[in-house]
Amino acid sequence: MLAKRIIPCLDVKNGFTVKGTNFVNLKLAGDPVELGRIYSQQGADELVFLDITASHDGRKTFTEMVERVAREINIPFTVGGGINEIADVERLLEAGADKVSINSAAIKNPKLIDEVASYYGSQVCVVAIDARQESDGKWQCYINGGRIPVGRGLEEWAHEAQERGAGEILFTSMNHDGVKEGFANEALRALSDELSIPIIASGGAGTKEHFRDAFRLGHADAALAASVFHFGEISIPELKQYLRQENINIRL
Amino acid sequence: MNITIVDYGAGNVTSVVRALQRLGVEATLTDDPEQIAKADKVVFPGQGEASNAMQNLRQRGLDKVLRDLKQPFLGICIGQQLMCRHSEEGDTDTLGIFDVPVLRFVPQCHEDKVPHMGWNTLSDLRSPLFKGIEEGAYTYFVHSFYVPLCDETIATTNYILPFSAALRHENFFATQFHPEKSGDVGERILQNFLNLSAK
Repeated sequence: MLAKRIIPCLDVKNGFTVKGTNFVNLKLAGDPVELGRIYSQQGADELVFLDITASHDGRKTFTEMVERVAREINIPFTVGGGINEIADVERLLEAGADKVSINSAAIKNPKLIDEVASYYGSQVCVVAIDARQESDGKWQCYINGGRIPVGRGLEEWAHEAQERGAGEILFTSMNHDGVKEGFANEALRALSDELSIPIIASGGAGTKEHFRDAFRLGHADAALAASVFHFGEISIPELKQYLRQENINIRL
Repeated sequence: MNITIVDYGAGNVTSVVRALQRLGVEATLTDDPEQIAKADKVVFPGQGEASNAMQNLRQRGLDKVLRDLKQPFLGICIGQQLMCRHSEEGDTDTLGIFDVPVLRFVPQCHEDKVPHMGWNTLSDLRSPLFKGIEEGAYTYFVHSFYVPLCDETIATTNYILPFSAALRHENFFATQFHPEKSGDVGERILQNFLNLSAK
């Protein structure tokens, strides 16, 4: 049976891993390639590296890091952050990334999804969506690291992304991110049941039970987290053992 | 040992190069039929769409050459699919090394998402390619088309239905999954391929 995936996410700034709470207040957590290697050895199913510098200098450093990851790590990895055009996608795939995650640029220019999917295939095209549940209960998409609302609903945009050729949706709930009280399971479930491509849950992991619930209640195909792994609050082997005991299909 | 990777413009060949480098082997990338014919072992990777990939092979005159190779040969992912007889993807006639068609996954319920993407288990392992690999070991898959079970199946995976995770016909081996991205299990499978004696 196909396993549910556990994905540590490494935010990378100037070559170092950082993780923010609610997208601000960054704290240092190590060398991304070393950290990635450790996670891979511990049983991570994939890795995500997000370039949060996205300045021109930062980009070169990040591309060099991608090359190192590709040389040294033997599981699939996705890279994102600062991807604005097809040339960025080409640069990162050539450096050895298996998938690219496109966020703001996809909303600003949805045709980018079509381009990536038709040049490289849907399997490399992850569309990342940051969304917030507003006081009226509706989920709205945001861009630029969660700073700017774009007036598009979560499900509507996710559906368009799928139709344009996205291979996966990485959905981050801004309400849940950094709060460590669980993933946005209701919204996840609605997305997962609506779409025919895999959904990666992101934002809110604090305990092992939260991962179980993202799979069981949220119907997520994969769950992504950062700080709980980086700061050793949850170890991946322990998490995977726990999920297996809970009858969730996990690669051990 | 001269390991040659068939580079026919089908993408993602560098991940195979790097995986072999991690095993201490420097592979040659080429689309030159003569060089491929002289290799000790040949790896045939790829990603992409079957009819374009076949066109790329024909343009380089590789379609005829590959079929006649005698050395150990390993197709990966689209490589495996191209080694079959015909693909539903683009309704394409393929190399015909394995006498079996390539079919599109048809979801049976909502949970059956296509592509089949992620880690899945191998069972019914029947080949020196899987020496030291346990039944139920996980490998990494990304594909929307599959090879049904057949006489040449040497590993089975279940997604929507049981299908061929790997095939063998004489010196020709192939995997639907990506050993180069399948962690330690994948490295062992690549090492087993490197250890096969060349005839």
